[in-house]
Amino acid sequence: MNFTFNVEGGDFTNAGAASSHVKKMMKQLGVDAGIVKRTVVALYEAEVNVVAHAFRGVITVDIEEDKIYVKLEDEGPGIPDISQAMQKGFSTASPKVREMGFGAGMGLPNMQSNTDNLVVNSEVGKGTIVEFTNYF
Amino acid sequence: MEDFHHALKFKYELCIGCSHCTGICPTGAIHVKNGKPNLNPNRCIDCGKCYSVCPVSAIYIEQDDFNTIYNYAYPILLLPSIFSAQFQERISNRAILSSLYHLGFKQVFEVERSVPVIKEKMAEITKNEFTEKPIISTFCPAIVRLIQVKFPSLVGNLCLIKPPLDVTALYIKKSLIDQGVKEEDIGIFYVAPCAAKIAAVKSPVGEDESKVDGVINMNYLYNKVLRVIKQGEYKLIDNEQDFHTLCKESLLWALTGGEINLLKHGRNLAIDEIHNVSQFLDKLENEDLDAIDFLELRACDESCAGGILCAGNRFLVAERQRKRAQNHVHTHNDNDALVKEKQYLLEHIKVGEVQPRSMDKLDDNISVAMRKMKRSFEINTHLPQVDCRICGYQTCKELANAIVNNEAELQQCIFIQRILEHTDKMTTGEAVKITKSIWGEAKIDKDVIKSLKIE
Repeated sequence: MNFTFNVEGGDFTNAGAASSHVKKMMKQLGVDAGIVKRTVVALYEAEVNVVAHAFRGVITVDIEEDKIYVKLEDEGPGIPDISQAMQKGFSTASPKVREMGFGAGMGLPNMQSNTDNLVVNSEVGKGTIVEFTNYF
Repeated sequence: MEDFHHALKFKYELCIGCSHCTGICPTGAIHVKNGKPNLNPNRCIDCGKCYSVCPVSAIYIEQDDFNTIYNYAYPILLLPSIFSAQFQERISNRAILSSLYHLGFKQVFEVERSVPVIKEKMAEITKNEFTEKPIISTFCPAIVRLIQVKFPSLVGNLCLIKPPLDVTALYIKKSLIDQGVKEEDIGIFYVAPCAAKIAAVKSPVGEDESKVDGVINMNYLYNKVLRVIKQGEYKLIDNEQDFHTLCKESLLWALTGGEINLLKHGRNLAIDEIHNVSQFLDKLENEDLDAIDFLELRACDESCAGGILCAGNRFLVAERQRKRAQNHVHTHNDNDALVKEKQYLLEHIKVGEVQPRSMDKLDDNISVAMRKMKRSFEINTHLPQVDCRICGYQTCKELANAIVNNEAELQQCIFIQRILEHTDKMTTGEAVKITKSIWGEAKIDKDVIKSLKIE
């Protein structure tokens, strides 16, 4: 089953709409509660990333009998060094931002630990594509 | 799936088929058929919302026969401390206690007496950094069941310790046996402020069986005691000791904030009323809420003061209870005989894991569930989204799910009926027949035209 959601950059109040919807569907399918939780955590993190950094993004969700595949495509600044961004604690955030408790460098690592397969592709100045799959 | 005991029952002969219960249910457990409510036992969490909105009192709460207390040589009353707050100020605790003895109880124990012991365990669990946070209190049994059916991914957050009711009952049994009372002579009777507590006693979650031998509805006992007091039949006792053992914290336990007030550290939140709780848990499931350590969640507005079996107005009960906590002269915790049994009680305070039992699952087989979900989604996009309940279900979405589970048909939707009539695919007679199958014969009676003199 396919779904798409649009995400507006800067609209924090509505971040989480996609993960909420996906959660409801996974519950109806009877997917294990732990897998639902992992998926929702990863997707929410990804949604907030788009809201915080990109201009806009599109989320495509494909749920099948044995897996869920999610693709987030955004128009935004992109990530210059992906392998660096995947490291725990790596962050481009300024000290000012960190002081507030943001930019701890846990975004992508947190998604990694909550997904079975995570692929990140990015082009600086154009945008980022995050894809992940969780198996039931 | 095992059967779950429910304390809420319908008096079908009184029911007028108004569907208010269907509308308010936080788990969508009730739908209307043949003019009467149908309860889905796997969804009902005994929160009692339906009981409160029923305009004709067609919902009742089962209780054990009061006279069974006389089957025991040593009947004990296990009383939530808010019981005394049901009465007007001019009725003294001494009179209340005297009446309870007059009714035949050998001793009265207030439920929250074990709070100091529970508090210790709570502090230990919240301090442990390996515990899944936020820790969710298991005090309110309706909340435990809500999480099992509606938020299964949060069962791992439940604080697996016994509520005061069970810990105090454990103490009562032990101390009486130690004093030489024969176990078979002891009958512990719990006074319930709500349906969820009764359900929890009759089929405990995470435990094999309850130490309680019988349940009395608080409202019933209130009336019985008030009658004894008004008729002045009782002998006034000298000693109010049974009402003096609670400390201030214990007296406040059952009110909103009662649990989080015991926690000295961390970020702790108290939320009452089941729809508020549902909304918050939905948010909690979706996103990582900033470092919340403990959640005190209660199904009733004003917590146990708002229990559906409480006789008094919930705001007045809460106010009287707070006043009692303020003015109460109590013995120091360390002198309480129960606190001296702390070691024994702490050894038995844990309960087993709570299992999820998702109500949303459309089928046990995931491919069938997938097919059903697709079909339900498709049907729902053509339903009006008015959630008018004329089909007998709470929402359009619930109707769509019932259709894919072969429990309902699309023609139950009044909008679909109109479309079918308009396109000559259904006669008015057929539409009326369907409406009658949902709402019963009486509501679609032609004679109403004569009675109302409609031209």
